[in-house]
Amino acid sequence: MTVTETPFETVEHGEAATPEFERANNKAEARRGFLIALPAFAYLTLFFAIPLLIVFAYSFATRNRFGEAVFSDVGFGAYEKLGEPLIRRVIFRSLWLATITTAFCLVIAYPFSYFLATRSPKVRNILLVFVMIPFWSNFLVRNFAWRVILGNDGVITRITEAVGLGQTEILFTQKAVVIGLVYGYLPFMILPLYAAIERIDLHLVEASRDLYASGWQTFRRVLLPLSMPGVIAGSILVFVPSLGAYVTPEILGGAKTTLLGSYIVSQFLTARNWPVGASLSFVLMAVMLSATIVYFRSGGRNL
Amino acid sequence: MTTPPAVAITGITKRFGDDVIAVDNIDLEIADGEFFAMLGPSGCGKTTTLRMIAGLEFPTIGSLKIFGEEVGTLPPNKRPVNTVFQAYALFPHMTVEQNVAFGLKMQKVPKTEIAARVAEAIALVKLGGMEGRRPNQMSGGQQQRVALARALVNKPKVLLLDEPLGALDLKLRQEMQVELKTLQNRVGITFVFVTHDQEEALTMSDRIAVMDQGKLLQVGRPEDIYESPANRFVADFIGRTNLLDGTVESADTVCLTNGARVPAASNLPVGTKVAVSVRPERAHLHARGGAPEGRPTLDGRLTDVTYLGNALVHTVALDWMTIEVRTEPSHEPPVAGLGDDVTVSWEPGAVSVVAD
Repeated sequence: MTVTETPFETVEHGEAATPEFERANNKAEARRGFLIALPAFAYLTLFFAIPLLIVFAYSFATRNRFGEAVFSDVGFGAYEKLGEPLIRRVIFRSLWLATITTAFCLVIAYPFSYFLATRSPKVRNILLVFVMIPFWSNFLVRNFAWRVILGNDGVITRITEAVGLGQTEILFTQKAVVIGLVYGYLPFMILPLYAAIERIDLHLVEASRDLYASGWQTFRRVLLPLSMPGVIAGSILVFVPSLGAYVTPEILGGAKTTLLGSYIVSQFLTARNWPVGASLSFVLMAVMLSATIVYFRSGGRNL
Repeated sequence: MTTPPAVAITGITKRFGDDVIAVDNIDLEIADGEFFAMLGPSGCGKTTTLRMIAGLEFPTIGSLKIFGEEVGTLPPNKRPVNTVFQAYALFPHMTVEQNVAFGLKMQKVPKTEIAARVAEAIALVKLGGMEGRRPNQMSGGQQQRVALARALVNKPKVLLLDEPLGALDLKLRQEMQVELKTLQNRVGITFVFVTHDQEEALTMSDRIAVMDQGKLLQVGRPEDIYESPANRFVADFIGRTNLLDGTVESADTVCLTNGARVPAASNLPVGTKVAVSVRPERAHLHARGGAPEGRPTLDGRLTDVTYLGNALVHTVALDWMTIEVRTEPSHEPPVAGLGDDVTVSWEPGAVSVVAD
């Protein structure tokens, strides 16, 4: 077999590719790239990086008697306060609810995503639109809709009453919050899972069945490991916003289900303790950041 | 008691939806230890048939037995067969060793036995030293061997191969053809393989089933299929041939469309529209009038000669069609030059008659 290949590419345009010329070229390239990205840089610096630094600064301040944050006594006081039982409970409750929300989303979304990925392109597109439809209406409105469904006079209660299970009390409990969160973030689980499963050669499933694996074993040994990037991406996309959720717990949760988002808001607005609110925001962000790093690490390994 | 056939297919039809008939009422028996080829153009139903044997599709109607046992609707993991898939379908997240061990692990074979059998299978396909590699670190030919080892390690009663050599380049394909054949002799397992490459089917198999549009056209040994094709499609699909249209005039004569009568035995009723199949290598080329006495002849003009290295292909234009004559290159001066009037002849028994 003969492969004709130019041994050295530089031979062809050797004369043009002098070091100076190349350097000038690279510089121009970099300048063009910077100009294109400038608006985004400017926007992010002004409205994201700088405010973030301000919040970071406040997390080291102390609260004076009038509820003002003062910088005369700078320290880790606000971070130490996060260890108090009340705040610890809020943190654990939020972590727990975010975890079950993620688990429910995963269990519901996986079979659906597999179904989606194995349909014909036409059916796929229609189903994907259905997944997206909820985004066309307001998030707040959708949460209030759940209040109607789950309420004392809602569909669920009426059904349980009709079959003789008595009145159910879901609204204003953690159950309602999880239902609302699962509903709200399910598409964020479906889309990455679908993308991951769609990339898997379905002949592998057939090969696995042919090699004496049952349906469940095929899922465990072939589908799941190969769709892991999607599982991790979807889990992060659901876990992170669930952890910091504010709207859904406010509307569907009760007084006993204060979560991180609401607690941070109360620190800034009601309790007027900006340093604690700021430090809590930062801890939350650190958790999310580490989750994201985990994702990129594992994504890099699996792809 | 005689052993039942490895695969017995009786009256199987497979429909997809309401209007697609992929396999149309076929009957087929594959004997134990046979190297059996299913040959046909793409979409002829050969792959669907193979997938039904594997259990990846279920027949719409009909019976499918493997060594006498009805398997019609058993799922693939409950059948004593394994498949080598077209694009190998190796598990990309597993090493060669893990790929090969997969089937045994699923069957809950003891660990020590798995290790021994996997090593044996890897040695069988000559991949020793590559156990730790991932499929994407291997060449197409090596992946092919992994796929073979992964199937053979389970000692299936029937090994199914779906276009196993389709993705390899010509040289490697020819090597693998020989190797597969040797391998089959060694393991003694029935091989059923699907191909659209007639040459591959002829070289490798004990018997061939030719399919087209879901129908089984002919089953037989390679030489039977080549020498006495069952119909026009088979004659045309297997090897190259010249099909001279005509009508059956008597049990041993066909009247060609140009009015010439040529001896050609057939048991078709008088008046049937047929074609006389003259293989290019069975035809001879002479200067006009130079054909030996007693042979059927056709007169024409030499319009093209193609040199193939091991053969010369002459295109001869008759006034009603063009035919091909294949000769071995020789140092003798050619019998005719381009544009010369020539005569084509053949031995009276060297042709076959095929109906449409």
